[in-house]
Amino acid sequence: MADPKVPQADVKAVMDERAGAAVAQKRRAALLRTGGLAAGFLALVLVVNVLAHGNFLEPQNLTNVLRQITLNAILAVGQTFVIITAGIDLSVGSIVGLCGVVMTLVANTLNLGGPGTFIVTLLVGLAVGCAAGYVNALPVVRLGLPPFITTLAMMQIARGLALILAHGQPIPLANSTPFDWLGTGYIFSGIPGFPGISWQVLVMAVVAIVFAILLGRTAFGRYVLALGGNEEAARLAGVDTRRVKTLVYVISGGCAAIGGMLLMARFSSGNPVNGTGAELQCIAAVVVGGTSLMGGRGTIVGTFFGALLIGVLNNVMNLLAIESYTQQIVLGAVILLAVVLDELRKRYLAAR
Amino acid sequence: MTAAAPPPPLLRMTGIVKTFPGVRALDGVSFEVEPGEVHALVGENGAGKSTLMKILAGAQPADSGEIDVDGKRVAIDGPRTAERLGIGMIYQEFNLVPDLGVIENIVLGVEPRRGMFLDKPAAASEAAKVLGELGIALPLDRAARRLSVAEQQLTEIAKCLVRKARLIVMDEPTAALTEREIEALFSLIRKLKAQNVAFVYISHRLEELPRIADRITVLRDGKAIETRAAAQMPQDDVIRLMVGRSLKAHFPDLPPVAPDAPVVLDVRDVSAVSGVRVNDVAFQVHAGEIVGLAGLVGAGRTEIVRAIAGADVPTKGEIRVDGAQVVVRSPRGAIRAGIALITEDRKAQGLVLGMNVRENTTLAHLGLFVRGLFVDKSAETQTTNTEIAELRIRTPSAEQTVRNLSGGNQQKVVLAKWLIGHARVFLFDEPTRGIDVGAKAEIYALMVELLRGGAAIVMVSSELPEVLGMSHRVLVVRGGAIRAEFARGDATPDKVIAVATGVAA
Repeated sequence: MADPKVPQADVKAVMDERAGAAVAQKRRAALLRTGGLAAGFLALVLVVNVLAHGNFLEPQNLTNVLRQITLNAILAVGQTFVIITAGIDLSVGSIVGLCGVVMTLVANTLNLGGPGTFIVTLLVGLAVGCAAGYVNALPVVRLGLPPFITTLAMMQIARGLALILAHGQPIPLANSTPFDWLGTGYIFSGIPGFPGISWQVLVMAVVAIVFAILLGRTAFGRYVLALGGNEEAARLAGVDTRRVKTLVYVISGGCAAIGGMLLMARFSSGNPVNGTGAELQCIAAVVVGGTSLMGGRGTIVGTFFGALLIGVLNNVMNLLAIESYTQQIVLGAVILLAVVLDELRKRYLAAR
Repeated sequence: MTAAAPPPPLLRMTGIVKTFPGVRALDGVSFEVEPGEVHALVGENGAGKSTLMKILAGAQPADSGEIDVDGKRVAIDGPRTAERLGIGMIYQEFNLVPDLGVIENIVLGVEPRRGMFLDKPAAASEAAKVLGELGIALPLDRAARRLSVAEQQLTEIAKCLVRKARLIVMDEPTAALTEREIEALFSLIRKLKAQNVAFVYISHRLEELPRIADRITVLRDGKAIETRAAAQMPQDDVIRLMVGRSLKAHFPDLPPVAPDAPVVLDVRDVSAVSGVRVNDVAFQVHAGEIVGLAGLVGAGRTEIVRAIAGADVPTKGEIRVDGAQVVVRSPRGAIRAGIALITEDRKAQGLVLGMNVRENTTLAHLGLFVRGLFVDKSAETQTTNTEIAELRIRTPSAEQTVRNLSGGNQQKVVLAKWLIGHARVFLFDEPTRGIDVGAKAEIYALMVELLRGGAAIVMVSSELPEVLGMSHRVLVVRGGAIRAEFARGDATPDKVIAVATGVAA
């Protein structure tokens, strides 16, 4: 407590010290949380590994887990930004499908040689995804319509467009060479005993890291959090809330485009039904990762672990030969458990 | 029990203790209320008034201590229990459902039923009966969101009465009321007292206590310092007990405006249409000058400062800062031009409650802390700590979430946010609403400090003494337009009120 009799310089010194202490304490708490989580995770993994006759910890299986979560993790990264502003983006699954089809069509008409085709295709795909995100945001920021509705509409529209453009059928890539490295390639696979890292996983890692920094370290990230916490206060503090809000939907659409690219490269085709149901999967990852649907709170690291947890769970259940209907129930229970635990933790902290 | 024992009080709280992380909010508080009594509970922000009342209302459990109602030990384990015991709570921010009508709000949760269905006629007659007995006229079908503040408050009182409350706790009931509405509220309280309803009355407006309170209890730092009959507790004593030291004159001396002081803020024929319509407002504020905007609630004062700050976009007119025209299309533009708006509702408009002191302090000027691509958190912390020290913000550290600070300290965080930007024009909208005496004095001192630095200040306040005591000039607003201007010496309460109410032009 600042005693009026204490000179200001001393208060400042005390505050500086306390700020350092508070930051250190936060770090310790975060470390403890992450450490605890990791330890629990490890224990679980070991148990599971025994149950699965040692198959889980096979390097091949571990790389599979990472490859399987790439799409969900990338979509969830974009979705995190939207959900922090107390919004929601239901259109990402459809944008994945639409971008895949558009990119396949573009690649099939281009004749630029490998890298040229790749770059132009990627840019067109990103443009389509970001444009869809922009259209999502327009009625939200201009008219104050609920994003649930505008993105639901986009979900239908983008899926329909994808199906029309592809005549309802998957379109094979005429020449998949420019994309094969991204679809099925590995790097660092020359090292003996190391399976290498899939390019798909690497893309996921880069997306996660770039957006984690964007959210955690830049002014834009701070504005996203402030907007989610109290939009009017942010606006009156000079934050261009319309622009920030628009950008989060553009980011989400852009992430969906990257997801569409990865699927197209992996399967050497653009399938208009790609990404069906992906919107709910990625929302689950975001929520399991501790981002509040009420807005104002969330991290990319949390989201990544949310996607990882869901991926590991899926993989483990497959290894244990649990039938897919039961898997759905388990996943539902895990989502519920995650948010209940988070709420209990918050209440515990508030009551202490 | 002997026959000679006096009847037990309606409420007796004994040795109540409540601890929050790092703070002992209540340190063995004992507090009594007699039937039909108005018992005022006063203290600085953070003294423990709200916590004590939340425990009484069942919103929070006490760590230890006892509560007796009518001499019988009770365990208040939730709001329903409190309600059953006849305890009604009216928070400063009302708890009405905005889209429900007055009747539905009054009977919410205790709706009369016929079989499975709601009995609307019975609800209407029940509400009408309660209101009728007290001689209150309310538009029964109107949605709560369209009621005035005073009407909402009456609805809250009726809600308590339908639940047969014998003790009603009111938190800052007059903060947003006009003088006439306050008088109406007081006569209603007196009527209910006659029916043996007791009140716990929490207020920062000490001057109104002699008019309404029977007894006054002063809380300080989580302890009940003293309880006395209101008649034996002059205002100076209350203040001394509250702050633990004697506080001299409420308002500091304003430094005179230099005769050659340049015009800093020049508002020319500004109009705006959101909320109360603002019509052709024109005035100037010089360097080192405070211009007070007086008027009734709803006169358009807030709308005027919002238009200047770009919070609402003006439809017409021109705003100049230091002679340069300002394009006010958004708060962003106004901030760039050196205009800071300290809004009246800090929770809804001033702060991001879930963020910490540092993040709130730097929000409006985050650009100052960006190095390369990234926000430099240690620079933020440095600046924030300087503000914490200068404004005496009581917080464990810059990393504390502002939600956990008391009202006065939250208001100081809002001020810190605007101080770091070196604005030229400060628009204060109800800067001391709901804030304790000590913090008020600090905010006044800060305004004087800003004047010395050559800033121009516009202050909107519903507290007439504040406007008169803290302004070089007073502009009286009615119907979204400036109706009169008084120099400091000429502004008297009756002249200002006459213009504000439309008695005088």
